[in-house]
Amino acid sequence: MLRDITLGQYYQTESVIHRLDPRVKLLGTVLFFVTLFCFKNPVGYAVAIVFLAVVIFLSRVPFLYMIRGMKTIVVLMLITVILNLFVTQGDPVFSYWKITITKQGIVQAATIALRISLLIIGSSIMTLTTTPNHLTDGMEKGLRFLRVIKVPVHEIAMMMSIALRFIPILLEETDKIMKAQLARGADLESGNLFKRIKAMVPILVPLFISAFRRANDLANAMEARCYRGGDGRTKMKPLKYHTRDAVAYIILFVYTVGSIFVGRLWIFNIF
Amino acid sequence: MSLIVDHISYTYDAKSGIPVVGLDDVSLVIPDGQFIGVIGHTGSGKSTLMQHLNGLLKATSGTIYYNGEDIYEKGFDLKKLRSKVGLVFQYPEHQLFAETVFADVCYGPTNLGLSKKECELRAYDALKKVGFPDDLIFTSPFELSGGQKRRAAIAGVLAMKPEILILDEPTAGLDPKGRDEILGQIKKLRQEENITVILVSHSMDDVAEYVDRIVVLNHGKVFLDNTPGEVFKCYRELEEIGLSAPQVTYIMHALSESGLKVNPEVTTISEAADEIAAALKRC
Repeated sequence: MLRDITLGQYYQTESVIHRLDPRVKLLGTVLFFVTLFCFKNPVGYAVAIVFLAVVIFLSRVPFLYMIRGMKTIVVLMLITVILNLFVTQGDPVFSYWKITITKQGIVQAATIALRISLLIIGSSIMTLTTTPNHLTDGMEKGLRFLRVIKVPVHEIAMMMSIALRFIPILLEETDKIMKAQLARGADLESGNLFKRIKAMVPILVPLFISAFRRANDLANAMEARCYRGGDGRTKMKPLKYHTRDAVAYIILFVYTVGSIFVGRLWIFNIF
Repeated sequence: MSLIVDHISYTYDAKSGIPVVGLDDVSLVIPDGQFIGVIGHTGSGKSTLMQHLNGLLKATSGTIYYNGEDIYEKGFDLKKLRSKVGLVFQYPEHQLFAETVFADVCYGPTNLGLSKKECELRAYDALKKVGFPDDLIFTSPFELSGGQKRRAAIAGVLAMKPEILILDEPTAGLDPKGRDEILGQIKKLRQEENITVILVSHSMDDVAEYVDRIVVLNHGKVFLDNTPGEVFKCYRELEEIGLSAPQVTYIMHALSESGLKVNPEVTTISEAADEIAAALKRC
């Protein structure tokens, strides 16, 4: 029932992007996001799309597999697009009763739709090509400088990796509990909203109990192996930069500077 | 109240997107009042098959008939089927949620739309049948011991008065005493209520003593389907698919091969003891 969520999942294959250091990918994703918000003309977006397409091609993740995970966001995207289309003020193109669509509205809506899609695909490329463990490792190491201002970086990273690890387990558990209650005649699909929320209680209570039980077991298992936080802790496989990571940093730098420069050039301002 | 499984297959998409075969052309007839053991290795499709029997999973091909009605037909009342085919999942205590054991057992019958009084009567009756102690009925289910929790959860399904009771590994994680108690209770229940019971297990020793018929599943296919005696005769084939016959079978076969005139087809420990005693007397 809940198997179809691919957003944020890892896709196992061999590729250059998979082998990159997670810190490169994290910084790359952040820079990609930043550039998206700097563009003032369509050429900038074109550059971003080409860049993303190349990365997708290199990552060897099937494009259709990626898109499948986006289905959940479609509703959110439609709402933002429609709101922007009707609410933006400017030169009217089409008018009926109280509804006015403006040229600025169309441009704004299209921009937002494009931006959201690129943001989602951009971030899913990172999660699809990086195992959750690698990702949190990268965050821990990449953000270590924050320890100077007393941010518990290791603890946050550990919490994140545990949370990520628990998602599939809890999904499976939910599926099992739902089936068990359905076998006892539970009705989850009919009735009004209030009734449906009430019908969720027999699923949520066991789910929470099992989550607490698992958390407790995990805490015990960690303590039994003398876990005591991040101080002086070494890694079995420490992150190390390779030549390809340096190359990737250079490409990233060129893309960021180049795309922002092109994206803000006044000669391309056609709107 | 028969259940006929007609050539069902079930495939699902695994994480990698490659379809996996869960069940492959399974056909079974489950007549009234039989005590059936379903045996198979982990991943042989036991649980998947059981979830088809009450319509929780829908077969990719083939169909299931309940009293001559196709359960995949439009308009078939699946909720009614689920009350008639009671399925107790593995580790059923994980489904407990109410404040008291009694309220939890009432959940099933309440979902059937019965009156409050009828629900309570059924709940009390079900708790009695599984041997749940009276003085614990109004305690929180989360304060019970493992064995008691499991009884409460089984009572939760039993309170719907199913005609077919399916138990998926009801003894998993219990100590030998708890195991014997639960299995003994199920046997007693079947004799008193005359319902059909399907017991899913991976251990032959668990089921050998109780069932009339054994269905062995392997890689989603029915590997053997016969009386326990006949199934255990094929103990060499069973070993090939990673299962084993009960220990009694091995002893009896060893004895008969070494010259003692015993019937190697007996399945329970007490039968075997009688058989050996009789054979020794004849010497």
